[in-house]
Amino acid sequence: MDANKLAEQFQQKIDADIKIEPQDWMPDEYRKTLIRQISQHAHSEIVGMLPEGNWITRAPSLRRKAILLAKVQDEAGHGLYLYSAAETLGITRDEMYYQLHSGKAKYSSIFNYPTLTWADMGAIGWLVDGAAIMNQVPLSRCSYGPYARAMVRICKEESFHQRQGFEILLTLSKGNAAQRKMCQDAINRWWWPSLMMFGPTDNDSPHTAQSMKWKIKRFTNDELRQKFVDVCAEQVKFLGMTLPDKDLKWNEERKHYDFGPINWEEFWNVVKGNGPCNKERLATRVQAWEDGAWVREAALAYEEKKSARKYAFQNTAKSTENAPAFQ
Amino acid sequence: MNIHITKFFYGDYGEIEGGAPAPVNNREWPLWEVFIRSKQGLDHKHVGSLHAADAAMAIENARDVYTRRMEGVSIWVVESKYIHASNPTEAGALYDPANDKIYRHPTFYQLPDELKYM
Ligand SMILES: [Fe+2]
Ligand SMILES: [Fe+2]
Repeated sequence: MDANKLAEQFQQKIDADIKIEPQDWMPDEYRKTLIRQISQHAHSEIVGMLPEGNWITRAPSLRRKAILLAKVQDEAGHGLYLYSAAETLGITRDEMYYQLHSGKAKYSSIFNYPTLTWADMGAIGWLVDGAAIMNQVPLSRCSYGPYARAMVRICKEESFHQRQGFEILLTLSKGNAAQRKMCQDAINRWWWPSLMMFGPTDNDSPHTAQSMKWKIKRFTNDELRQKFVDVCAEQVKFLGMTLPDKDLKWNEERKHYDFGPINWEEFWNVVKGNGPCNKERLATRVQAWEDGAWVREAALAYEEKKSARKYAFQNTAKSTENAPAFQ
Repeated sequence: MNIHITKFFYGDYGEIEGGAPAPVNNREWPLWEVFIRSKQGLDHKHVGSLHAADAAMAIENARDVYTRRMEGVSIWVVESKYIHASNPTEAGALYDPANDKIYRHPTFYQLPDELKYM
C-alpha cells in the first residue's frame, strides 16, 4: 500500500475517533510530534518534583509533610507513565534521559522559578497543578492510545494536588498579617508564570492546526488560558486575595474575564535557559542520575549473577537426572 | 547552530535542538509490561510498563508506580521482549472468518415473544 493511501486511512481513523495504537501505521511527523510532546511532558513531571522537594523537610506539620511527600511521589509516577507511553513509539528511556540531561529537550518553563516560602507550595498546587489539569483533561482524549491512557490516570491523581494547594493558601489567608502577606506574595509571583504555561498565543503557534487535525491537541493555547483565568478569578475571592493584574475585569459581552498582556520576553528567556533556576534544576537532575549509576550497575550485576547460578544449577540437575520415567 | 522553536504546547517546549545522538547504552535495565488485578475475581489488565533489573524489582516498582491508591490486589510482570502480538495490518484477514457467522449470536434466532426463560 502506498504512503498516500495509508495517510488517508490514518486520517479517517482519527476523524472517526478511533485511537491509534503503537503497532498501527502512522505518519513520521505524527510519531515525531508525539515523541517530543510526551517526552517533554514526562521531563516536566520529573523536574517538577524539584521545587516542591525543596520544602519536604521544612513543611510546617507532619500532616503537611506527608501530603507533600505523597504529591511529589505522584509527580514521579506521572513522569514514569509518560516515559513508558513515549517508549511505545520507539525511543528508549535512556535516549530521553540523555536529551533532558544534555539540555537538548525542554521541560515546562514554570519549574525554573524558585520556591521561596511555604506559601509557594500552596500557590504551586492551586495555580501550577491547576493549569496542568486544564491542559491535561483534553489530552486524555488524545488520538494516541497510550498517551490518552496515561493522561486518564494522571488526571485522576491531579485533583488532590490542586485541592491540597488551595487548602494551604486558605489556611494562610485566615492567619495573621504576616501569613496573609506571604499568601498574597506567592500568588503574585506564580500567577504570570502559570499563565505562560499554556504556551504562546495562537498566532505564534503555527503547528496548532496540524496537531488539532491529528487530535493530539483539542483546544488552542489561548482557549485554555482564558478558561483558566475565568476559573481562577472566581476562586481567588475565597482567599480574600487578588490576582496581580490591574487589567483583570469581567467582560459582560464576551462572558469572559479580560486580562493584561503577558510578558513573552520573559517566557522565551526562561525557555532558552536563562530563568532563575534553569542551571540549578538541570544540574540537580544530572547529579541524581550520575549518583545512581553504581546502583543501576550493581542491580544488573546481581541479576546476572543470579541467573548464571540458576542456569548452572539447572544443568547439573539435568545431568544427574535418572532416565525419564515415560518413554 | 540552527535553533528554531516552532511548536509550543503544554509538555511540548519547542523542537529538540540538533547535536550528537544519544550514545547507545546496552546496560539499560530491561523493559517489563505490568498487569494488575484490581479486585479479587477480575482479570489482570495491562496498565503500562517500567524498567527493572529483575522480576522481583519489577513487581516492587510496579507497586510504587501503578498501585499508590490501592488500584490492585495482584501484579503480574513479564519482560516486554517475551510478548508476541498479532499484526494490525493483517487484522482484516485474521478476524474475517468470524465476520460472516452471525448465527453464533443468540439474536440470530427468531422465536415467538411468548417463549419465556430462553
Ligand atoms: Fe503531575
Ligand atoms: Fe500534580
